[in-house]
Amino acid sequence: MTGKQSARGFIDMQWEVVIGLEIHAQLACKSKIFSGASTAYGALPNTQACAVDLGLPGVLPVLNRQAVVMAAKFGLAVGATVARRSVFARKNYFYPDLPKGYQISQYELPIVEHGSLEIELEDGGSKTIGITRAHLEEDAGKSLHEDFHGMTGIDLNRAGTPLLEIVSEPDMRSAREAVAYMKKIHALVRYLEICDGNMQEGSFRCDANVSVRPKGESAFGTRTEIKNLNSFRFVERAIEYEVERQIHLIESGGEVVQETRLYDADKGETRSMRSKEEAMDYRYFPDPDLLPLELDEAFIESVRQTLPELPDAKKARFMSEFGLSAYDAGVLTASRELADYYETVVATVGGEPKLCANWVMGELLGAVNKAGLELPQCPVNAHQLGGLILRIVDNTISGKIAKAVFEAMWAGEGEADAIIEAKGLKQVTDSAAIEKIIDQVLADNPRQLEQYRAGKDKLFGFFVGQVMKATQGKANPQQVNQILRQKLQG
Amino acid sequence: MFEKTLSELSQALHAKKISSVELTQAYLDRIERLGEQSNSFITVTVEQALVQARAADQRIAAGEAGPLTGIPLAHKDIFCTDGVRTSCASRMLDNFIAPYDATVVERLAAAGMVMLGKTNMDEFAMGSSNETSYYGPVRNPWDPERVPGGSSGGSAAAVAARLTPAATGTDTGGSIRQPAALCGITGLKPTYGRVSRYGMIAFASSLDQAGPMTRSAEDAALLLQAMAGFDPRDSTSIDRPVPDYRASLEHSLAGLKIGLPREYFDQGLDAATAAVIEAALDQYRRLGAETVDISLPNSGLSVPAYYVIAPSECSSNLSRYDGVRFGYRCEAPRDLEDLYKRSRGEGFGAEVKRRIMVGTYALSAGYYDAYYIKAQKIRQLISADFRRAFEQVDVIMGPATPSTAFRLGEKTDDPVSMYLSDIYTIAVNLAGLPGMSIPAGFVDGLPVGLQLIGGYFQEARLLNVAHQYQQVTDWHRRAPGEA
Amino acid sequence: MSLEKDDVEKIAHLARLSIDDADVPGYVENLSNILRLVEQMAGVDTDDVVPMAHPIEASQRLREDEVTEVDQRERFQRLAPAVENGLYLVPKVIE
Repeated sequence: MTGKQSARGFIDMQWEVVIGLEIHAQLACKSKIFSGASTAYGALPNTQACAVDLGLPGVLPVLNRQAVVMAAKFGLAVGATVARRSVFARKNYFYPDLPKGYQISQYELPIVEHGSLEIELEDGGSKTIGITRAHLEEDAGKSLHEDFHGMTGIDLNRAGTPLLEIVSEPDMRSAREAVAYMKKIHALVRYLEICDGNMQEGSFRCDANVSVRPKGESAFGTRTEIKNLNSFRFVERAIEYEVERQIHLIESGGEVVQETRLYDADKGETRSMRSKEEAMDYRYFPDPDLLPLELDEAFIESVRQTLPELPDAKKARFMSEFGLSAYDAGVLTASRELADYYETVVATVGGEPKLCANWVMGELLGAVNKAGLELPQCPVNAHQLGGLILRIVDNTISGKIAKAVFEAMWAGEGEADAIIEAKGLKQVTDSAAIEKIIDQVLADNPRQLEQYRAGKDKLFGFFVGQVMKATQGKANPQQVNQILRQKLQG
Repeated sequence: MFEKTLSELSQALHAKKISSVELTQAYLDRIERLGEQSNSFITVTVEQALVQARAADQRIAAGEAGPLTGIPLAHKDIFCTDGVRTSCASRMLDNFIAPYDATVVERLAAAGMVMLGKTNMDEFAMGSSNETSYYGPVRNPWDPERVPGGSSGGSAAAVAARLTPAATGTDTGGSIRQPAALCGITGLKPTYGRVSRYGMIAFASSLDQAGPMTRSAEDAALLLQAMAGFDPRDSTSIDRPVPDYRASLEHSLAGLKIGLPREYFDQGLDAATAAVIEAALDQYRRLGAETVDISLPNSGLSVPAYYVIAPSECSSNLSRYDGVRFGYRCEAPRDLEDLYKRSRGEGFGAEVKRRIMVGTYALSAGYYDAYYIKAQKIRQLISADFRRAFEQVDVIMGPATPSTAFRLGEKTDDPVSMYLSDIYTIAVNLAGLPGMSIPAGFVDGLPVGLQLIGGYFQEARLLNVAHQYQQVTDWHRRAPGEA
Repeated sequence: MSLEKDDVEKIAHLARLSIDDADVPGYVENLSNILRLVEQMAGVDTDDVVPMAHPIEASQRLREDEVTEVDQRERFQRLAPAVENGLYLVPKVIE
């Protein structure tokens, strides 16, 4: 069998894909992990690189408490062990964005070990992904390759930014699973408020370890590491490309080489990184400038107290408390902002959780996505949306009219009540008035009335339509139905 | 005037018998006249010194002066000094004007001391003879054909030659005590963590410690008082009160138990040096102390363990010198690798390169356990030897060096024989203990140092024990003849 | 253990040090001698000994998460051999 002959489906039957992710989450600290320089994004180059970040002769690192708290928070949230004793080590290699010639990281004794996370699969099932470890380390600076007369420019503002590197077990079996896992971690770190999750700014990114093996084989194939993937889409595409590349390579008699590869988003392919060609010998050893990090029970307990309700628990509660489906509860708890938004809407309405869920997931998210916004920037806040839904619940307006009101609210025309008032959208619920309009409609359409009475039941809808048209949609639909039916039977 | 101790100078300044400007000028003149003989200074900071001296005089006049205000001193060129070249005696940092002050420099400046300049040293503090300096070797004031010891050789020679009343030094494997011994001055390496390492250019982070280099124990007490203390910028700095080091200087030594490790008096020790040490011990017995034979069985392993641990840490600490953000950069690098290799290859001297390579090797894949981990285990054993010994005795004494100062060039071709000249001092760094060297006599006109080792944070006790000896001897007052 | 010329060249590369060809034999000899000195440790039984990384028994102190540093780019970059537009310049980095 050769690669050329094998159709994609056939390959899938023969090969199993094995993926592990190393996610780098920048911790949402104000200052660097080992210095008092700001971590704010977007400053002019090197204006936030202090003496410690630059690795000037004689400087020394001192550990940021908040980074430790955040790492511990993550550990507790994934049911991991938060180490009572962890050790910082130096990873030695030369690179211009690494000022000291070593990165301070954790190696043999990380702060978090043995956690796990459950992801939902497309078939509706779920799967547990093991989290081997998560350790604290410092970020590197950035190399800018625009042309400085054939030179590279180095900006060290990012150097020393606190990072939590979250290492999974090689438990994922498809690019989709990898993305589901990454999304779940993304939601989690934002729930915990330990990372802003901004992937464009590089606050949340990952390296993917990918290998393939014949189905049924227990030994792993040779893996490649794809570096610096900073969007969910890139993760999926890069892994898919890499899987195909490896399978094709093996099937054409070649061998996968263990190497570091870079994903080229423009070309949609991965390529070998020249700078990492030589086998690295990082010469890890305990950093003598830092002492072992020791956390006692009281510290860990105090961190535990600050843990918010986590996504899975929130989802379960939404299902039991609000009677939502697993799907709806899943969507609404995908981010902490959305869940909070939804709960505020329900509280404002004072019930009707399903109606609220439909509105949040339907109109609201539809409009947010269409506008390409993030929830916090959305022009209609939860109280305002709740106010609108209340008017549906108390029959002031119909659901259909409510959609028009929502559009007006989105356009910044004001609160629901003000729009309803200004535009005269209040529902007509006066039976006598409705009856009068129905009489007029029946009188105006004698031919249709005759046909209906002759058995053409379908024309019921026609009469409803005419009534609604005559009231500009404001007549209460239930009342219209009821009175019309009486009249037609009469 | 150049024979006055710090206390005496302090009294003279406070009594307005002399101004700080006069005193500073006198030392600057002396450095100008005699400095070249020993080559003990890399940089003399004439203008800054006079500015500081004038400020000190104002403080004295305003009655706001402390005991060290207005007294000149010299800093080893390993301490960062804001606006002043801080070279570490390396071509790599020949152009490096430090943009900040080391904590030690800051503290001594805050105490009102006047910096005369920066002293010569072995490159990046790697050496035992001051012959690895980019600025040329320092000569021993007692015999210009001989080495002053290292790595704080410039500080030791400057104090011995009366070019400064006091100096700072650093000690990673004996770099304060060994030159203090060979130049006939008093040098103290405090407990690891007692003095901040912030701004002190790192050689081996888990071993480096700064300390005073003076003519007497009393002076060392005064200087250490201002140097020591917690620094939040150094994670390895210990948050523990600093005792009044002068308060206990006069305590009697009656009943003091002195441990004599038999390993420090074995066949490696020069016979004449041994005789001087014996005489010093007799003096202690006369002061009421009791000597007890003890054993530090793993002493012989201290040099091997040290020459794994120190190079390993240095190989990593010195990676930051890459020609990108500061320091030496080679001409017209072809590419990134060429920039790194030539900047480092040309910027570092041979001994520094040797140690970087030893450390790189010891940490590399496949050798880490056999070298680095093994050395850390040996370090534990050496530390345990001391713990056991201090259950029995108050202080440990022995020679600071196996012999008196050797000739310039005598050991430069044989690194191992050079390393073995630190055989009595290295274990103290591995264990993190305080150690001292005090002048105890002469062999053929060359000074011999007696080493005192104390338990953790026992600096006050060491200073007391040294001071009492200096009350009944005058070795520490001997000055080399001026050429 | 004795090193060979190749070993020294490999180590020098890992440490990013250029060594003149003429100096290599000297380094081979010196480094081999140093390793022989160091290998005296090999004979000691240390199976049950805990490695000692620090001379003091203490744990890491933590700093509050506060921004305490101000921009000193101009001052720091006066020390640099090559800068432009606030960036440190190095020969082109190829990824």
